[in-house]
Amino acid sequence: MSSNPMVRAEHIVKRFGSHEVLKDISVTVERGQVACLIGPSGSGKSTFLRCINHLESINGGRLWVDGDLMGYRQRGDKLYEMSPKEVSRQRADIGMVFQSFNLFPHMTVLENIIEAPTRVKNVKKQAAVATAMQLLDRVGLAHKAKVYPGHLSGGQQQRVAIARALAMEPKLMLFDEPTSALDPELVGEVLDVMKGLAQSGMTMIVVTHEIGFAREVGDSLFFMDGGVIVESGDPREVLANPQHQRTQSFLSKVL
Amino acid sequence: MTDSRDSSVQESSTAPIKAVKLRHPLRTTFAVVIALLVVAFVWDAATREAYQWPLVAQYLFDRRITQAALITLTLTVLSMILAIVMGLVLAVMRLSDNPVLKAVSWTYLWLFRGTPVYVQLVFWGLLGTIYRSVTIGIPFTDVAFFTAAPFEFIDLFWLAVLGLAFNEAAYMAEIVRGGILSVPRGQDEAARALGMSWRQTMLRIIVPQSMRVIIPPTGNEVISMLKTTSLVTALGFSLELYARTRAISAQIYATVPLLIVASIWYLLVTSILMVGQYYLEKYYARGVSPQRATETEPTQTASFAAVEPDGTGAAGGSDTIATSKGEHR
Ligand SMILES: Nc1ncnc2c1ncn2[C@@H]1O[C@H](COP(=O)(O)OP(=O)(O)OP(=O)(O)O)[C@@H](O)[C@H]1O
Ligand SMILES: [Mg+2]
Repeated sequence: MSSNPMVRAEHIVKRFGSHEVLKDISVTVERGQVACLIGPSGSGKSTFLRCINHLESINGGRLWVDGDLMGYRQRGDKLYEMSPKEVSRQRADIGMVFQSFNLFPHMTVLENIIEAPTRVKNVKKQAAVATAMQLLDRVGLAHKAKVYPGHLSGGQQQRVAIARALAMEPKLMLFDEPTSALDPELVGEVLDVMKGLAQSGMTMIVVTHEIGFAREVGDSLFFMDGGVIVESGDPREVLANPQHQRTQSFLSKVL
Repeated sequence: MTDSRDSSVQESSTAPIKAVKLRHPLRTTFAVVIALLVVAFVWDAATREAYQWPLVAQYLFDRRITQAALITLTLTVLSMILAIVMGLVLAVMRLSDNPVLKAVSWTYLWLFRGTPVYVQLVFWGLLGTIYRSVTIGIPFTDVAFFTAAPFEFIDLFWLAVLGLAFNEAAYMAEIVRGGILSVPRGQDEAARALGMSWRQTMLRIIVPQSMRVIIPPTGNEVISMLKTTSLVTALGFSLELYARTRAISAQIYATVPLLIVASIWYLLVTSILMVGQYYLEKYYARGVSPQRATETEPTQTASFAAVEPDGTGAAGGSDTIATSKGEHR
């Protein structure tokens, strides 16, 4: 079903003032696939992820998730801005994991996870708790349910953040450098959870500097520089045999 | 090296350290001097005629005084509640993307922080005279929908609450704004990425976290409000503690003992409010990592200092941002 991808981005343009951060980005991610996004700092990777769930609105192009135009409704040739409520509803189906975890520090791990399901999707508290405990079990942290995030290690916090995103039963997961803030010995436990998620068939877009992860788990790889996709393709091929000089020089630095 | 080793010095091991405590001779002398001065002052005050201690004892629990103390406390609490709600609204307006709301909030702060509270209270008292009647209609025509005297039936007590709250709201707005800005941006992003609405994000995520920064200076404001209530005679209200004690002292020709009575009550109420603040702070410190929790003390005094002198929270805001950065690793 290549005609019905999970994410279709066409000619995305994003400007901050006069600074054009994304210049004509086109990306397609099929259902159940893992797309990895690599590139130097400031190339616009985070901005692109944030455009996908409409945390940033785009200035040009079109972006569909699961066949729905994000943030706008199209009637004929005209685009109509969606209300904040409708945008929130679209976002609720897209999970996002951040470099700095962004757990809610004033809530316990369990409260973090059930907050959105109970408030946004009106799931009954009991059901939400049951789901949360299953998810915590899945990321190996069921024993930390009653703990505040400040008492967890970085790796544990990131696994909770993943569980929190999964609690909304998303159809797509966005990861923005999920292991970059972690001590080296903690990277593995987070990547393992992500691998498991990929194997379960989740569609994922992962911004990462973990080339090993991209090679092993990725179905496609996009190399981004200066707001454009310089090169893309099968991760193993691109990594082994980069065609562009910019890709080559970037890879020589991170490998 | 071996020859310099003194055999009487303990070898390093896990045994507890036995050492002679460092002495602080200067500190000790200072404490003794102060203690002597205090004793001398108290002794003198206890025996000095002018204080008229029997009168203090007689009026401390006078019905009029206790009632006035209760009214002062009520005035403080009600005007602070209103001020906090208004301050929250003003702060959110100031932080919104809407230029109209921003401008309204800015103008409000400019007006109410730029004029003395005493002057404002006098104005509140005169509102009834200035707006004897107000007519709603179409301008430059004779069409009038209705005419009313809006301030005719407002009780002086409530006018005092409004007058105090409107002034205080301007200061609370800056404190709340500093608090909201102290919450890392990632919190707002994480909440919105989960599909939470702006309202939910504010009420469930941002505001609770900003409380830790908001409460200490707000406690300061409450205590300062308690004392500001003594100015409401400016609009003609005279049942609060200070006006009441002045009235009684005028009757019995004794100023000092009633000032002491008033001070005792102000101190008592302040102490009660401070206990309340302690528990609130403890509640909102939950989830803060243990070593951070012990650090909060100097941070709070720092943001106090920055907010207090001119009442502009702007300095307090940036200060609290700086401290919160440290917390977010
Ligand atoms: N809200 C914003 N306002 C103005 N400029 C922004 C904003 N967000 C990002 N930028 C700019 O857009 C450019 C791309 O930023 P982005 O965060 O997307 O890069 P990145 O590829 O994720 O980099 P990194 O690897 O450092 O995370 C940068 O030059 C950044 O300064
Ligand atoms: Mg980034």
